[in-house]
Amino acid sequence: MAKDEYKEFRLVGTRPDRPDGLDKVTGRARYGADIAAPGMLWAAVVRSPHAHARIVRIDTSKAEALPGVKAVITRADFPEGLTGEAWNMQENTMAGERALYDGHAVAAVAAISALIAQDAARLVEVEYEILPHVTDVDEAIKPDAPVIRAGAADATVPEGMPPNVVRYMEFGHGDLDAGFAAADLVMEKTYKTEATHQGYIEPHACLGQLGSDGKGEMWVCTQGHWYIRKMCTDVLGLDPAQLRVTPSEIGGGFGGKTTIFMEPLSLALSRKAGGRPVKVVMSRAEVLRATGPTASASMDVKIGMKKDGTMTAGKVVFRMQGGAFPGAPVDMALYCAFAAYKVPALHHEGFDVLANRPRAAAYRAPGSPMAAYAVESLVDEMCKELNLDPIDTRLKNAVRDGDQSSYGPKFGSIGLVEVLEAMKAHPNLQAPLGPNQGRGVASGFWFNHGGDTSVSMAISEDGTAQVSIGTPDIGGLRASIALMTAETLGIAYDDVRVNVVETGALGVNEPTHGSRATFASGKAAVIAARQAITEMCRRAAAEWGIDAEAVEWVDGAAQPAGPNAGKFPPMTIKEIAAKMSSTGGPIAGHHESVPDGVGASFGAHVVDVEVDPETGRTTILRYLVVQDAGRAIHPSYVEGQYQGGAAQGIGWALNEGYIYGDDGRLQNPVFLDYRVPVASDLPMIDTVIVEVPNPGHPYGVRGVGETGITPPLPAIANAIHAATGARLRSLPMNPPSVLAAIKALG
Amino acid sequence: MSKVHVTTTVNGDTVEFLTDPRETLLDCLRDKLGMTGSKEGCGTGDCGACSVMLDGVLVSSCLVLGVEAEGKTVDTIEGMAKGNDLHPLQRKFVEHAALQCGFCTPGFLVASKALLDQNPDPTEEEVRYWLAGNLCRCTGYDKIVRAVLDAAAELRGEAA
Repeated sequence: MAKDEYKEFRLVGTRPDRPDGLDKVTGRARYGADIAAPGMLWAAVVRSPHAHARIVRIDTSKAEALPGVKAVITRADFPEGLTGEAWNMQENTMAGERALYDGHAVAAVAAISALIAQDAARLVEVEYEILPHVTDVDEAIKPDAPVIRAGAADATVPEGMPPNVVRYMEFGHGDLDAGFAAADLVMEKTYKTEATHQGYIEPHACLGQLGSDGKGEMWVCTQGHWYIRKMCTDVLGLDPAQLRVTPSEIGGGFGGKTTIFMEPLSLALSRKAGGRPVKVVMSRAEVLRATGPTASASMDVKIGMKKDGTMTAGKVVFRMQGGAFPGAPVDMALYCAFAAYKVPALHHEGFDVLANRPRAAAYRAPGSPMAAYAVESLVDEMCKELNLDPIDTRLKNAVRDGDQSSYGPKFGSIGLVEVLEAMKAHPNLQAPLGPNQGRGVASGFWFNHGGDTSVSMAISEDGTAQVSIGTPDIGGLRASIALMTAETLGIAYDDVRVNVVETGALGVNEPTHGSRATFASGKAAVIAARQAITEMCRRAAAEWGIDAEAVEWVDGAAQPAGPNAGKFPPMTIKEIAAKMSSTGGPIAGHHESVPDGVGASFGAHVVDVEVDPETGRTTILRYLVVQDAGRAIHPSYVEGQYQGGAAQGIGWALNEGYIYGDDGRLQNPVFLDYRVPVASDLPMIDTVIVEVPNPGHPYGVRGVGETGITPPLPAIANAIHAATGARLRSLPMNPPSVLAAIKALG
Repeated sequence: MSKVHVTTTVNGDTVEFLTDPRETLLDCLRDKLGMTGSKEGCGTGDCGACSVMLDGVLVSSCLVLGVEAEGKTVDTIEGMAKGNDLHPLQRKFVEHAALQCGFCTPGFLVASKALLDQNPDPTEEEVRYWLAGNLCRCTGYDKIVRAVLDAAAELRGEAA
């Protein structure tokens, strides 16, 4: 269980109801598609049915002639001459000369109703010349593979690499040969993971408006509205300050809502339709075909280990495709691969490969789950070969405070050892296992992130407080920010209102991504509250006629700092606030920074499975997540992150995956066929919140959002091996593949 | 295509709308009646975010046409609380942190109420199978199942 009580804290670590709870259980909360505007038009998008095709001709005349149609756009309606990432985003928003994947947008329509827009979209005539395509990463990296885009490789790619390799990286340390020579056992295996989708239940939706004067507004479900503003204006050649973006409530993101897809289309359509607002709502099939899945990966891992479990050397070669654009998270995957281990010699090599698939977007700890699947599986294979305990082996090689990480920087305060020790002590490890049952263990890592952060807060006339943040609340953020602000000010939780505000109200904020929002917006809110406290102490000092330095803030009131400061009764925040207009005016605080002091995150999972030997179906019997939160501000939502990450990882491990036909079309673009875990697939998910406070945050927060998705892939593979003797080195480990692996054992 | 006039009862109120025969009940609730509490997560009946009661039967409103609501009774998330008095399921979802993003929550609440109305004392397994038609991507279902079981206990008059 969580450590809920801290003697030193009044509110931090408690579990109050979330401030947005009432709106969300009554249906009042407004998400991306839940808004309408006067004069609003509806959009529909025409998408390529081909994986790779030259666009010979687009005839929009019949669509334009349909009554009720107000605008039809193609790439011709976008500015030319963009380069680099701006061009990539524009090309992904609307295809130019070629459609690069099944589902790539080629035209869009705005009309007075959704049905007319859909009818008009079917009237847009597109003539394609079908080109050879490739969707598998190991096929795409071959020298004779169909070329997705000549000249897309950046300067990191040496001469002579295959044409679809667009980024290459290599790093390491130590003497690899000596490391492998010192090992008692060296094993090398190849692992593959399929692309999965973030699977947020809310499809992308926005309402955009843009006038011929270049001024616009947008309502959109997003993890980061400043990113939306920058990306939309880059793609359309507009001035960012002229676009005001308001975030709706967001129905899940998991990284997939940190970038643009159809948002620029709503603006371009609006501008062409005389500035009428245009609503775009994606269907689930559009979400699966054309928004960010994660990368698929093919990974070689080689590890050297002594008989006692000491790791002497490691080498990984990762190949990832992230769709038809650069950006597969192969760099992150390499950095994460050995992050939990102290190994004297390591070498990492990575290839970012283009393929005819939708452009990968971030998905919860991008790259880390794949890397964990490869490395944590092989560590388990070696533990079994050497008859070693998997937790003790991880402890023996675990990184500790101050160690140099596998990817370069030195770790600060970290809690991997504490996590592994807490796992060893958990009763789940003592649960007896029956026939066809097995237990698997794996650890996981995520860096966590600071990022551009801007927060303001103000004291109201009655001594209550409002906080304006720029990181959308996806899983209880308002509650955490309110707890930290109230704790700092010495007022009640219910006396703080936290608002997620639009781009016009604050400086630039990065999205709610990188497990950063509670850390970064929380740290900024605390610093802003401390500014307000300083000002309130100054006002009290002025009234008392003493030095401001002689006043301290205790329990929501200013008081003299000691006997020498003078004898005055405490002046409460309510008293100070009530007279603020006569003592100097509004009392507020604000903070802008890229916060330092990010605390790295480690976790470890234990899973017990039962595998049906006749069908190959895996049932999760027990599941335990142990993770270092630094400090849990609202433990229920920390547990929620652990449980949700584990569930997504379980889906990735057992069932989820993009299935492409020989024609390069996605064959499972609906939830019936892209099957995410449902309630009857899962048991309760046990959690242990380990708290090794992060000294870089005023309340010790590390960030907890992402690490939880990394260990399930290997932990389940390790458990299936323990249950069956079959080692699954490719995902998903669905019943047919598990059954085939069992049968192959003979 | 000419539109059809529909008269139906939603959360106890008689309402009328004109609908194209191709539009779903979900489209009509959301875009004609302004009741956006029911969500579209898939449009194919796989996610349950649009769950409503139609003449007392739990349905995915994305799989019902608007014209089919003629003369029927529809109950949505907007009608679950009585004024400011939340249904115990609504309160327990907040108390147990059974929602993160909250998008699937209306559908889970409508489906859970349908379960408890016919089975006031479900086992954990019964809750999990009943709710298997409602997708949640945030929570891993743990806290949702606990909230439903706790609300059921409260409705039975048992101390949690």
